[in-house]
Amino acid sequence: MKARHKRGLLIAAGVVALAVAAGLVLSAFQKNLVFFFTPSQVVAREVPVGKPFRIGGMVAERSLQRQPDGLTVRFLVTDTVKSVPVVYTGILPDLFKEGQGVVAQGKVGEDGVFIATEVLAKHDENYMPPEAAHAVEQAQNAQKTLISN
Amino acid sequence: MVPEIGQLALILALLLAVVQGTLPMIGAQRGIIAWMALSRPLAAGQFLFVAIAFLCLALSFLASDFSVLNVASNSNSQLPAHYRVAATWGSHEGSMLLWVLMLSLWMQAVSIFSQSLPREMLARVLSVMGLVSVGFLLFLLLTSNPFERLSPPAAEGNDLNPLLQDPGMVAHPPMLYMGYVGFSVAFAFAIAALLGGRLDATWARWSRPWTTAAWCFLTLGILIGSWWAYNELGWGGWWFWDPVENASFMPWLVGTALVHSLAVTEKRGAFKGWTVLLAICAFSLSLLGTFLVRSGVLTSVHAFATDPERGLFILVFLAIVIGGALVLFAVRAPQVGGGGRFATISRESFLLVNNVLLIVAAGSVLLGTLYPLALDALSGGQTKISVGPPYFEAVFVPLMSPLVFLMGVGPVARWKQATLPELWTLLRWAFAVSLVCAVLVPLIAGGGSWGLRLGLFLAFWIFAATVVSARERIRNFRGALLERLAMQPRAWWGMILAHLGVAVFVVGVTVVGTYETERDVRMAIGDTVEMGGHTFRFDGTTAVTGPNYRAARGTVTVLRDGREMLTLHPEKRTYNASGMAMTEAAIATGLLGDLYVSLGEPIDARSWSVRVYHKPFVTWIWAGCVLMAFGGLLALTDRRYRLRSTQPQPGAALASPA
Repeated sequence: MKARHKRGLLIAAGVVALAVAAGLVLSAFQKNLVFFFTPSQVVAREVPVGKPFRIGGMVAERSLQRQPDGLTVRFLVTDTVKSVPVVYTGILPDLFKEGQGVVAQGKVGEDGVFIATEVLAKHDENYMPPEAAHAVEQAQNAQKTLISN
Repeated sequence: MVPEIGQLALILALLLAVVQGTLPMIGAQRGIIAWMALSRPLAAGQFLFVAIAFLCLALSFLASDFSVLNVASNSNSQLPAHYRVAATWGSHEGSMLLWVLMLSLWMQAVSIFSQSLPREMLARVLSVMGLVSVGFLLFLLLTSNPFERLSPPAAEGNDLNPLLQDPGMVAHPPMLYMGYVGFSVAFAFAIAALLGGRLDATWARWSRPWTTAAWCFLTLGILIGSWWAYNELGWGGWWFWDPVENASFMPWLVGTALVHSLAVTEKRGAFKGWTVLLAICAFSLSLLGTFLVRSGVLTSVHAFATDPERGLFILVFLAIVIGGALVLFAVRAPQVGGGGRFATISRESFLLVNNVLLIVAAGSVLLGTLYPLALDALSGGQTKISVGPPYFEAVFVPLMSPLVFLMGVGPVARWKQATLPELWTLLRWAFAVSLVCAVLVPLIAGGGSWGLRLGLFLAFWIFAATVVSARERIRNFRGALLERLAMQPRAWWGMILAHLGVAVFVVGVTVVGTYETERDVRMAIGDTVEMGGHTFRFDGTTAVTGPNYRAARGTVTVLRDGREMLTLHPEKRTYNASGMAMTEAAIATGLLGDLYVSLGEPIDARSWSVRVYHKPFVTWIWAGCVLMAFGGLLALTDRRYRLRSTQPQPGAALASPA
């Protein structure tokens, strides 16, 4: 009888431990999901306020400005229809270039300026971040629909 | 001519693999000795032909034969010779060929070292591996032919991705693949045992050294990858929870669980079904990792091309292998029967908890890696999300802490039945000492968080508890301390080393996480920045020319107490062929910490943006991994695996540890 009780207790403890672990994993998962938005969505204010998210698109030509401290940069991320000003302090990845795709993570302020905490590197000259390609495609599709309407 | 020979060799290897995957298997089911006997020569023939194919590709790269598409896209005549050889596996096609080469190498190793296996068993094991080989050879020949010709030939090659031009990159893929593919041996043993209905302690002892070997290679492969990222990506991080890294980490977690559950199966005959399931899972995750990385679902340095045909092929292959194995398991597992009984508090149950925690951890990585992909696919590309390091960190600390704590308890606990009072008596001093150290060290070093104290406690706890378990182990032996230690089998020493490796690793991760400092600064010539008790002085840059790149080479002098200690030369390179810019960090490695400097961009004629890091104890992270892998290798050389007999040795269970 005693051994059986013990075994039952062990199984119960195991189930509880697994449930706790699963709960922990799922809550951490929920809290740390980062959503992706296109510049058009940011301009239309469809984005969460005060919560980090990612934007992607192209760095607009001739939009890169370096602030006097030499480390803070300001550039426009565009999906060819709308564009969002982005400010980032730090060293940009090697393959960051005007006219190239980019993905940045950060928050958007009241003034509509996106404060990036991270600008993601590309690994290859020809590689376009899928999020950036997606943003451009979405924006252009939306525009086509507007025109045809 | 050379590429055509390679192509032909691959086709011949495929034919041999088809025969190997069928005849010996049928022979084993029907008891046809001649058919079973085919498996070993077939394995040797396959190895020979795949090796020829690989050699042909390597020769094409070495000779810069730009009439081969693969060479033209991934090499360049200016590329130094050693990187031309490494470029053989720098491309998608080449790396799949390396996969197949590794598979045939493992097959050949099984055929040489497992001759003492029963005839049916060996035939089935090699046959299962032959079937896996058929899948991959077909994949190569149908969707990713490495020998495809380019007509007309290119005048010059596109060059190897500059990120891959690093010594770490030469060694990382072969090591990682040896690990991935090595789990196919454990998988083949599991399938063979299910087919033959022979699933016992002897089976576990045959399968164990192969699993440990694969695990060692995988550990080293991941280690080199992490070291490469630290050196080459210029962000000073050692692990990014990138989906591609996760793809190699999942089989490692499950493989670690497998290594431990095999120990229980061998010693106690318990966990049989579970062990088989883990062997299937470990290899399935290796295949999944290959799928994730090679199909182009993930875009990163590893994903060479997005090609839906390839993705589909691997997905179907994955479904056949995993589905088939699981169906076989479901049909056969009930006949396997239970194993030895054990009490609630026993070494078995501690190892069971170890397994559960490792599997939950692997599951959480799987969720974080696949969920964004699944959501993207299900929403038709409308919902894109990413799961970053904060998620994995939030999950891993609470999951790994109890696991690491139990690493101290498990080796001390008895098999079958242990009691808590007894364990407490043995371990109370170890517990007290590690607790005191965990409080004292941050006081002395200054600062520190609860995370630091927890990490240090766990590391000291493993050290102390390992000493206790060693003392317990040699208690019943006679002689001087060193003599008694020397008497212990290598498998036991392997376990001790691997566990100490975890302690060293935990120290590294915790200390670097707490005390590392990082600054991005603008530096003009002569400017200094203070960090970690060092002064960094920027002395300007000079232009240099490498074999296939031009670079701005910075000079940063490190001073301590006003005296010049060393000079670092970070570079900003531009590669000729691709025009791609690359940051080459300069790192001064030390036992107690690294100094890490990388160049950002030139701001004006005299100044650059510079990134400076101080990374205390970061080397311990890799040292810990090396210890783990070395522990595994030591365990491999244990005497009992070399015994020819298939019968368990009397007393073997007493003399060998988990």
